[in-house]
Amino acid sequence: MNHPLHHEHSDRPLAPGQRLPESARTALSDGAVAEILALADRYPDRLAATLPALYVAQREFGFSSLKAMKEVARVLQIPEAHVFGVATFYTMYLKRPVGKFHIQVCTNLSCSLRGAVKLLEQLCERVGVTPGGEPSADGMWSVEEVECLGSCGTAPCLQVNEDCYEELLTEADLDRILEACRQGDVKAWGEV
Amino acid sequence: MVNLRTKPDRQPYTFPGFGSEKFPNLMLRGAGDLDNWRLAVYEQKHEGYQALKKALQMAPVEVTAEVKASGLRGRGGAGFLTGLKWSFMPKDTDEKKFTRYVVCNADEGEPGTFKDRAIMEYNPHQLIEGMIIAGWAMQCQKGFIYVRGEFKWMIDKLDAAIQEAREKGYLGKNILGSGFDFDLDTYRGAGAYVCGEESALLNSLEGRRGEPRSKPPFPAQVGAYGKPTTVNNVETLAAVPPILRMGAAEYSKIGSPNNTGTRIFGISGHVKRPGVYELPMGTTLDFIINEIAGGTLSGRPIKAIQPGGASCPFLTVKDLDCGMDFDQLKARGTMAGSGGVMVMDDSTDMVQVTLRLAKFYAHESCGQCTPCREGTNWMQLILERIVAGEGRMEDLDLLTGITPRIGLKTLCALGDAAAGPVESAVKVFRSEFEHYITHKRSLADGPALVSHFAKH
Repeated sequence: MNHPLHHEHSDRPLAPGQRLPESARTALSDGAVAEILALADRYPDRLAATLPALYVAQREFGFSSLKAMKEVARVLQIPEAHVFGVATFYTMYLKRPVGKFHIQVCTNLSCSLRGAVKLLEQLCERVGVTPGGEPSADGMWSVEEVECLGSCGTAPCLQVNEDCYEELLTEADLDRILEACRQGDVKAWGEV
Repeated sequence: MVNLRTKPDRQPYTFPGFGSEKFPNLMLRGAGDLDNWRLAVYEQKHEGYQALKKALQMAPVEVTAEVKASGLRGRGGAGFLTGLKWSFMPKDTDEKKFTRYVVCNADEGEPGTFKDRAIMEYNPHQLIEGMIIAGWAMQCQKGFIYVRGEFKWMIDKLDAAIQEAREKGYLGKNILGSGFDFDLDTYRGAGAYVCGEESALLNSLEGRRGEPRSKPPFPAQVGAYGKPTTVNNVETLAAVPPILRMGAAEYSKIGSPNNTGTRIFGISGHVKRPGVYELPMGTTLDFIINEIAGGTLSGRPIKAIQPGGASCPFLTVKDLDCGMDFDQLKARGTMAGSGGVMVMDDSTDMVQVTLRLAKFYAHESCGQCTPCREGTNWMQLILERIVAGEGRMEDLDLLTGITPRIGLKTLCALGDAAAGPVESAVKVFRSEFEHYITHKRSLADGPALVSHFAKH
């Protein structure tokens, strides 16, 4: 079942009054459009491709900007309001730019029982940002406090971009990961 | 390019005696070995796809009957009889032919739960085999594995495993010459705890916001894409191949009365050996915590236990004799939930624990039902006030006044899950809350459990 409303395209902001940060890019590449169209064929209807298509757009745009959402709606031919609603519902579609290394620290119970709060504080001190705030001035780092990452047995854990690092019990472990990022051994945000 | 993990995780999956008759290893065969996921390993070492061959010789209703006879109960938390659930799917008639789906719930978002990932990471083919058998039993055309978005590398692995199975003829048209057509696909979530609820998961699978649906109609009537659908947890589906291999009668000998088979427990928190362990249902909490996980890390006594993930009301040290199955835990006023056991020693500040959990539910409430959307936020605000040293004694009655107004008053169980732990914490650890309010600091000497950074 596809959305009953006709899709419409306009340059009006989707939520009046809401100012989302703008992205440098304004359109999806031909490759990304093809990828999204292939996704639309993979599932029983086009609407089902909304979530995977938003991931594709986020990879291209760096974050899920309003323009990225509109592009997804355009390519999938579904209402912009639907895409906006989905993109703002799920936390993994980032509505703001992030650093080259976006570090998510789980502070839910199993992790905090084993020192996640201290880990988060040490991390913020090292890279000089606050969780959920702006990326560092050099664009290298951003930090976010997140809910359970499903690594409770190897807590505390953190995720750099799409890779999870577990059992970070010491400051040395944290430093090793940050150093690996600086050396380019960890994939940068958006890198496939 | 397929992004597969190159280093194993550091947690244990085994213990002395695991794999013996007393502690059968049905679901964690080869766990911890990074190459174990491959089809060749599964076929050669773990009797892979034998159960599927057996199932395809049987009539679909016989397969469902076998699963029903095994007594297998859903491992996602509700403990509903799997075979019975399967039998709710409508059958084709001369007038009406249905498109049916089977969906695997691999959202695994419950804090303290990390069992399904062990199956998907090390034994994905067992899940795939279980899904094909479920697909045959319910005559489904397609299956979907809905995986939480954070597990990107696991989705890549599942996709690779599905492709292997397709190439070997276990998936696709005319599976093993039986005439049965069935295929699988993965779907990546995007970070919403509520999508672990089956109807929210179905909405998400359709590309919508993960808001739970009003029931009825139940998914067996109107499920994914409007078609009859059965949603089962990863562990439930992975238990199906062993049941068919060994037979329902043999399987039902494992475990405790009315709670057959093995269950994967994830032990975390203040224990010496946190990890993923498969044990017969009904194993006592004492054995799991003290024998398998080695007792508390600090050697200090246990203060509180959540026996099945963050949604469960708390147990204390006097409940260590409790058998870990659906019925015995329910009798103690808590739940078997998702099998994630969180252990807290006596250095733990229960007020902060309660706040941390309340914060989680306030963040994850989908906002559809007012009692949950408003209630979880109020609970968080009141608990934050107490932790900030501005609590008032009447706040405790305020909290216990809110919880019954959330529980059982919402479309899905997230409201109940939010209310349960808060209610039980205030009841069981009331003196700690009172101490915090009177002295503006914690009775316990443990480290901070809630960061001082801005709210979510």
